Amino acid sequence: MSVEGPRIVLKILIGDYTLYVTETIVNSFIVVALLSLLAVWLGSGLKKNPDSKKQAFAEMFVSFMNKLTDENLGAGCRIYAPYLAGLFLFIFIGAIIGLVGLRGIPSDISVTATLALMTACMIFYNSVKSNTFVGHFKGLASPPFMLALNILGEFTTPASMAIRLFGNVSSGSIITALIYAALTGASVAVYKLLGMAFDTYYFNIFQVGVPAVLSIYFDLFAGCVQAYVFINLTMAYIRNAGSD
Amino acid sequence: MENEALLNAQATVLAAQAIGAGIALVAGIGPGFGEGYIVSQAIETVGRQPEARSFATSTMFIGCAITETPAIYSLLVALILLFANPFLGLLGS
Repeated sequence: MSVEGPRIVLKILIGDYTLYVTETIVNSFIVVALLSLLAVWLGSGLKKNPDSKKQAFAEMFVSFMNKLTDENLGAGCRIYAPYLAGLFLFIFIGAIIGLVGLRGIPSDISVTATLALMTACMIFYNSVKSNTFVGHFKGLASPPFMLALNILGEFTTPASMAIRLFGNVSSGSIITALIYAALTGASVAVYKLLGMAFDTYYFNIFQVGVPAVLSIYFDLFAGCVQAYVFINLTMAYIRNAGSD
Repeated sequence: MENEALLNAQATVLAAQAIGAGIALVAGIGPGFGEGYIVSQAIETVGRQPEARSFATSTMFIGCAITETPAIYSLLVALILLFANPFLGLLGS
């Protein structure tokens, strides 16, 4: 928990090029491994008549995503449901690993920019699929005076999605870090009041319990809402691209 | 003497960055009012048509997300001012 950027864990030299392995990459691999294990565990031993809680939970989540996709994109677009579910779980689990003290994945702008770029590619693909390649670029100039604004919009859509997710998650971690520092200050003040010298191995009394409330809000609630908002915006943009 | 002048200039730039970051976050006022209005309208909708609850809630969340975009942009500007020190390099050495 700090106001710094992601730490560099490893430097790999490939010729003249240095590949930086940051905390974000390590945490992403942890999350991906976790999600893969979860998927394998939830997907194994399925029965036609579910008798385990495991399968009931898996079916609940899958049908929730399918319903969400059907509602927002219309029937016949269920092919997007796995992508959206993956996006949701990656962002959500990536945000709540802050609960165990790891650095949240979406508080690195390169991650959110990557996710937004994937969405932008999908929007472009959908627009081309429903309007053909020429039609997509014609659509940009459909009222001719809007051409400049529409071309700008092609780039600001992924940029704003990336910045929204990054800003929301990283602002939470910054506020948490600031409050941690403030609580340390309060603890030092109390120790001074009692006439004791405060050192790092003294017990930091105010950091017990208080940060948990913040973590529940900033990691759990904000992470869930932002993941939900991100996939909803993805669906809204895909729907708009298809209906031009 | 030369060194002292540079230090003074750097201190001024850092102070101006901190003040600028504070001013940038004033942009949070507008989205705050806007989101409050969205939520109040959503609650009114749910009160009038309880069957539209899930639709109103999900639309409210998306509306809030879009409304807070300016606040997030200002936050980004403040973050850049505070942690990236974009103007310190302009002083030269």
